[in-house]
Amino acid sequence: MAVQKLPIAKAINESLRTALENDPKVLVMGEDVGKLGGVFRVTDGLQKDFGEERVIDTPLAESGIVGTAIGLALRGYRPVVEIQFDGFVFPAYDQIVTQLAKMHARALGKVKTPVVIRIPYGGGIGAVEHHSESPEALFAHVPGLKVVTPSNSSDAYWMLQQAIQSDDPVIFFEPKRRYWDKGELDTEAIPAPLHGAHVAREGSDLTLAAYGPMVKVCLEAAAAAQEEGKSLEVLDLRSISPMDFDSVQKSVEKTRRLVVVHEAPVFLGSGAELAARITERCFYHLEAPVLRVGGYHAPYPPARLEDEYLPGLDRVLDAVDRSLAY
Amino acid sequence: MTVDSADSTAAAQQARPPRKRAAAKKSSGTSSGTKKSPGGPELIQLLTPEGKRVKNATYDRYVADVTDDELRGLYRDMVMTRRFDAEATALQRQGELGLWASLLGQEAAQIGSGRATREDDYVFPTYREHGVAWCRGVDPTNLLGMFRGVNHGGWDPNSNNFHLYTIVIGSQTLHATGYAMGVAKDGADSAVIAYFGDGASSQGDVLEAFNFGAVYNAPVVFFCQNNQWAISEPTERQMRAPLYQRAQGFGFPGVRVDGNDVLACLAVTRWALERARNGEGPTLVEAFTYRMGAHTTSDDPSKYRADEERQAWEAKDPILRLRSYLETRTDTDEAFFADLDVESEALGKRVREVVRAMPDPGHLAIFENVYADGHALVDEERAQFAAYQASFADGEA
Repeated sequence: MAVQKLPIAKAINESLRTALENDPKVLVMGEDVGKLGGVFRVTDGLQKDFGEERVIDTPLAESGIVGTAIGLALRGYRPVVEIQFDGFVFPAYDQIVTQLAKMHARALGKVKTPVVIRIPYGGGIGAVEHHSESPEALFAHVPGLKVVTPSNSSDAYWMLQQAIQSDDPVIFFEPKRRYWDKGELDTEAIPAPLHGAHVAREGSDLTLAAYGPMVKVCLEAAAAAQEEGKSLEVLDLRSISPMDFDSVQKSVEKTRRLVVVHEAPVFLGSGAELAARITERCFYHLEAPVLRVGGYHAPYPPARLEDEYLPGLDRVLDAVDRSLAY
Repeated sequence: MTVDSADSTAAAQQARPPRKRAAAKKSSGTSSGTKKSPGGPELIQLLTPEGKRVKNATYDRYVADVTDDELRGLYRDMVMTRRFDAEATALQRQGELGLWASLLGQEAAQIGSGRATREDDYVFPTYREHGVAWCRGVDPTNLLGMFRGVNHGGWDPNSNNFHLYTIVIGSQTLHATGYAMGVAKDGADSAVIAYFGDGASSQGDVLEAFNFGAVYNAPVVFFCQNNQWAISEPTERQMRAPLYQRAQGFGFPGVRVDGNDVLACLAVTRWALERARNGEGPTLVEAFTYRMGAHTTSDDPSKYRADEERQAWEAKDPILRLRSYLETRTDTDEAFFADLDVESEALGKRVREVVRAMPDPGHLAIFENVYADGHALVDEERAQFAAYQASFADGEA
């Protein structure tokens, strides 16, 4: 059966299963990914079906997980490692930035390190400290890394397939608060390119650009705005590095307004880059400055405050109103 | 003279208490003064500093097949490596290299261990393993590109199974461990050796590598060259227990070998590699040696250590030690040494010429190999940069 309705977590599980079946060099590694099936059960059942040599429970040491994955990649394997939560990636940040990102360039192209690093990211699940962060800009800023994030089941499945097949290291951010959102998945479809943006909803008055967990918020905002007679276009960026500026430009040339939405702090975030690029490209098309909606320059707050911190429908619609008021 | 006892297994060595001095000495803020440590009674040695062969019931068999010709080969390797190193140091002083990390004093540790590796083994070096690179057949001039600033690597790691130099201390021990995990998965009987220094032993990555290596029983040898100094930090600032003893806590054997004894380094590394090949997992080899020069050409050892210390270690010079042995115990004649002088001078000359003729990379090299599969932003910036460069060419025309 090619088309099925699956939550994002199950789609990722299917994707890993397919990759393990298709290529004996693919490995799944991480803390608790084996018997437990991961703390979010994303890898559920994989070790049972593919064995401990393919689905590897690791010591609790993030630098060790990524560092050994680099070595396995140098030996010809394609490791897909799981970092348990966003805030836990930093012990591995050195290996990712100083080693993984640069090895292909340092070797003048003679070696490849096709490592995929899966990171459940973002807030909205009422977790404790270090379990709700959105560090995507820190990785997108590093040459040599590619950074992508799906917002739905179909992308979760296909983008992970493409990330695993890529010869470059890919940081694969998974919107953990959407893990159980169901969506259609066609496992026999021809997937869209990994690094292209997708028009999630057509509109004519303003473009909302978002990715990962914020796509759903933006779609809800567009539906609410429709009731007020405003037509918002929603772009799912999908890829943060590289970013599909052409698709955003095309949309902004039509709508003449852009609001970028992400959970990460606004300051020096991916929205800042998009705003700068679109201002350069679309200066004479824009009717309003590019606005950004996102997190604050503060540590991710305790769970009881995260609804205030995270961009919700009202903050997005407020930015839409501000843009339209120009 | 200290020789390991005949029945010494690694476990027995590990069981020994820390050296009294290490346990008793209070860490002080001053790092000057002569260190008395000879490496302790646990030091594996086959050649004394005077060049006398001593028996070792455990490790002799690992060098029993070494012929006089092969001994001369080890000597040649050390002399050539030292000559190369001296030339690189001189080239840095002449402004031809931006930096150089000298291996002076560590030739035996590197040649002994490097010659223990098999062609299908894989080596993960730091940035000082010029002697190991020599053993792996890497053209020494290839090592100089990164120090001259024309690349960050400059050789194909898979041509000689010799990975790129790694500047971040200890990172490569994890790559070696992961690679070794892959070797085991492949069912191959080759082994992996990771080099690092005493300073790197303080890094979490090295300890994570020990643990991953042990947990997965990876065929990896951790070869630490304890050269006593991490830039200006003495080992007292790095550790309070002998390094080799750390292995015990991770569940594999650790041994301390006289790092200035090429024969002992060869024997111990062969033993450790054999363990790896036999599926017995990792080994930690601590080669107790001394960095006679600076950490790199950027630092000045006279500011942080006493001359007497270096002089004491000069008496244990690895090259003089083997020369004494060759002169007194073999039929090596003077012509061998004379020929080697000529050969090493020729190497120095070639290195000098190659470095001076090393071309700067083309401007667009900035954008090459950033990604294997390409990246839209890199493509865009490359095109902009090329147009910018071309605008100057037009202006000059």
